[in-house]
Amino acid sequence: MRSPLSPEMATQEVPLNETLAHLKTESETLKLKLEEERAKLHDVELHQVAEKVEGLGQFVMKTRRTLKGHGNKVLCMDWCKDKRRIVSSSQDGKVIVWDAFTTNKEHAVTMPCTWVMACAYAPSGCAVACGGLDNKCSVYPLSLDKNENLAAKKKSVAMHTNYLSACSFTNSDMQILTSSGDGTCALWDVESGQLLQSFHGHAADVLCLDLAPSETGNTFVSGGCDKKANVWDMRSGQCIQSFETHESDINSVRYYPSGDAFASGSDDATCRLYDLRADREVAIYSKESIIFGVSSVDFSLSGRLLFGGYNDYTINVWDVLKGTRVSILFGHENRVSTLRVSPDGTAFCTGSWDHTLRVWILMC
Amino acid sequence: MTINTMAKGGWQREQMICFRMMEKMIVAMQDPDMGMKLRNQRLLITVIPHAMTGHDIIIWLIHKYSVCEEEALHLGGMLVKYGYIYPLKEPRSLVLQPDESPYRFQTPYFWTSTRWPASELDYAIYLAKKNIRKQGELMEYEKERYSLLHKKINHTWDFVVMQAREQLRASKQRRKADRIVLECQEQAYWLINRPPPGVHNMLDVGLERQNNFNLRATLNSDFYKNEIEVYRRALGRNRVKSSICLEGVPVPTRLRVERWSFSFMELLNDAMGRQEFMLYLEKEFSAENLYFWQACEEIRHGESSKIVEKVEEVYKNFLAPGAARWVNIDSKTMDKTLEGIKQPHRFVLDDAQMHIYFLMKKDSYPRYLKSDLYKNMLAKAIVPQETKKSVFPFMRRQRHSSPSPAQAVAQVTEEEGRHKGAG
Repeated sequence: MRSPLSPEMATQEVPLNETLAHLKTESETLKLKLEEERAKLHDVELHQVAEKVEGLGQFVMKTRRTLKGHGNKVLCMDWCKDKRRIVSSSQDGKVIVWDAFTTNKEHAVTMPCTWVMACAYAPSGCAVACGGLDNKCSVYPLSLDKNENLAAKKKSVAMHTNYLSACSFTNSDMQILTSSGDGTCALWDVESGQLLQSFHGHAADVLCLDLAPSETGNTFVSGGCDKKANVWDMRSGQCIQSFETHESDINSVRYYPSGDAFASGSDDATCRLYDLRADREVAIYSKESIIFGVSSVDFSLSGRLLFGGYNDYTINVWDVLKGTRVSILFGHENRVSTLRVSPDGTAFCTGSWDHTLRVWILMC
Repeated sequence: MTINTMAKGGWQREQMICFRMMEKMIVAMQDPDMGMKLRNQRLLITVIPHAMTGHDIIIWLIHKYSVCEEEALHLGGMLVKYGYIYPLKEPRSLVLQPDESPYRFQTPYFWTSTRWPASELDYAIYLAKKNIRKQGELMEYEKERYSLLHKKINHTWDFVVMQAREQLRASKQRRKADRIVLECQEQAYWLINRPPPGVHNMLDVGLERQNNFNLRATLNSDFYKNEIEVYRRALGRNRVKSSICLEGVPVPTRLRVERWSFSFMELLNDAMGRQEFMLYLEKEFSAENLYFWQACEEIRHGESSKIVEKVEEVYKNFLAPGAARWVNIDSKTMDKTLEGIKQPHRFVLDDAQMHIYFLMKKDSYPRYLKSDLYKNMLAKAIVPQETKKSVFPFMRRQRHSSPSPAQAVAQVTEEEGRHKGAG
C-alpha cells in the first residue's frame, strides 16, 4: 500500500522560509563552484601575453568641438551612422540633435519628464529614441520641416515600472532594447509597441546595456547596481553568462570590436575586461590615484584603446592589452556622464554635468 | 515624482565608496613616516601649526602616485573640493593653489561622511554664531537662509541662539590659533554641505538608485531558482583556456601572419597560428590530428606524475577503436604504439605523433596556406589605427551642413513617388 505521505505532500509540509534559505545556499554554493571552474583554465594573464606586443607610444588628444546648448546636466549621447550627427539628452528634459562638424543644432525636443538618461540614434538616421524618469522609451521621427513640432509624431514604445536607464536600436529601426531601474531589460517592436522579450535576472537597477556586434549573433550585455554584468540571448530571454567581480554599481558596458569580450566601468573606480570564451574577467584597469567612479566606457575602433569617462571630470585612456593608462584628459568642469567613439573611430564625444558635450580627436 | 537626491540610503551607497577612497588617501598623507611634512604657518600675526603649502601637497602626490603635475593638481584639487583639506588664506575658496598658500587637513569630526547628513539645526546654530560674533559677517545668501531657517524652525529658535552663544563663549577661552583653526574647519564643512549659490554642489549624486538588494519581494524563491538555473548552465559551459583566448585578442601584425607560411613549425609554435589552423581543420573535419598532436606535446613536456593518466586519456580519445577523435595512423605505427602504451613513458607516443605531424604538414598545411581563412588573416593584419597619421574630419571647421539621413530618405521616397506617378 502506498504511503499516505507522497513526495509532493512532504514538500508542502516544509515552511516557506526554510525552502528560501535552502535555495539561497544552493545558489551561493553553485556560484563558488563556478568561480573554481573558471579559475582552472586561467593559465596566463593578459598583460603577460601582451608583453610581446609593441607599445603605443605618446599621443595627444584634444577637444575639437564644444557643443553648448543644454541648460542642465548632459546625461547621454549617441552618434548617428553618418559619423557627424549626435543626439544628446539632459536632466532638464531636452533632447538635441547636433551636427557635430558645424556645431549647429538641427532638432530639439522637450520631453514631458526630467532626467532623460537614455537616448539613441536609429540606424537609418531618421529617428531618435529617448526616455528617463517617465519610465518609457519614445521614438521621435526626425522631421525635415524645422517648423514641425517633433513631439507631435512621437511614438511611445517601451513601458517599464521604473526609470529608463539605457536604450539601443538593434540592427534596424524596427526594434529597441531597453534597460530600467525596475531591474529588467526588454526588447520591443517599435511599430506596435509590443513587448517581444523580457530579461529577468538582475537583483537591482539595470544601468546600462550594449548589443553584440552583428556578426557575433543575437546577444547583448547589461550591467547593474547588483554589481553583475549579464550576457543574454535575445531570442530565448535567458541569461547565458554572468560576471560578478566589480565592487560597486556597473555604470557602463561595451563590447570589444570582435565581440569576444566586453569592458565595464563601475563606481568602484575600475574598468574591467571580460572574455566570453574564457568565461572570466581577464583585466582590471585601475590606478591608485584614480578614486572616482567610471560613468562610461568605449573602445577605439581596433579595440586597442579603452576610453573611460570619470566622475572626477576626467577621461582616462587605457591600453587594453598591457593594462596601463596611456593618457589622462582634462577639460570638463563637472562629471563626465557619457562617452562614445564615433562610428569610424576618428573621434570620440563626451557629455558632462557641466552642460556641454566635447568632441575629441587624436593628434599624432 | 519626487527626486530625493540626499536620501540616506541612496547617498550612502553611491558616495561612500569614493569618500572611503579619499579618506584612505588622506590617511596616507598624514602617515608619520611616509606622509607629508607639516610645519607652522604664519597667518598675519598668528602662527598656525600642522600646516602645509599647496606646492607641498602637489609634490607629495606626484611622488606617491607617479603622476604628472597636472594630474596631481587635479587630484589634490578634488580633496580640497570635498573638504578633506582646507585653505587658511582665502578660506571661502576651496581651490588648491600650486604655490606657498597654506592648507590644513580637515579634522575627521568635520568630514562630510562622519556627520552625514548635515542637519538644519546645526546649520542654524552655525549661522547664528556668525551673526552674533560679528554683525555683517553673514554673506547675502547666508542672511537669506538664516531668515528662512528662522521661519522654518521657529519653535526651537531659543535653543539655537542659546547653543550659538554657548559655543561662542567656549571658543573665546581658546588660544587664538585654535580659534582660527576651528572657525576655518567649520566654515569649510558648511561650504560643502550648504554650498553658496552658483557653486558646484559636490554632494550631488544625481538620480538616486534604489537599492533593491534586501527587498523581500525581489529576492524570492523564483529569483534564486533563476540564479541556480543560470549557474548550472554556466558550469556546463565549454570554457577556453586563457592562453588561447587572449592570444586571439590582439590583431596580429602582417609579419607575424607571414611567418606562418615560412614553415609548418613556425605555424605550430605561434599560439595564434595554431588556433587559426585549428579553425581551418575543423572545417575540413580533420581537427583530431591537431588535438592529438597537442595532447602528445603535453605528455612530452608535462609533469612526470601525470604521464600515465594522460597516456590513458590519449588512448581513450584518439587511439581506441571507436574513439571520439580517432586518428588515422598506419597499422604498423598503431600496433607499435598500442604495445608501447602498456608501459607508458614520456616518449611513448613519439612515433604516432611524428606520423600525424607529417600528415598535417604534407596535406592540410599547404591547403591552409591557400585557403580564404589564411588569406583573410593576412589582409586583416594591419598596423593599429592609433599609430597611423591621417587627416580627421574634425580637424577643419566645417561651414556647410550636410544633408541629414532623414533628408536623403525623403528624397528617395519623393523620387520614387514621382516615378510611380509618371508610370
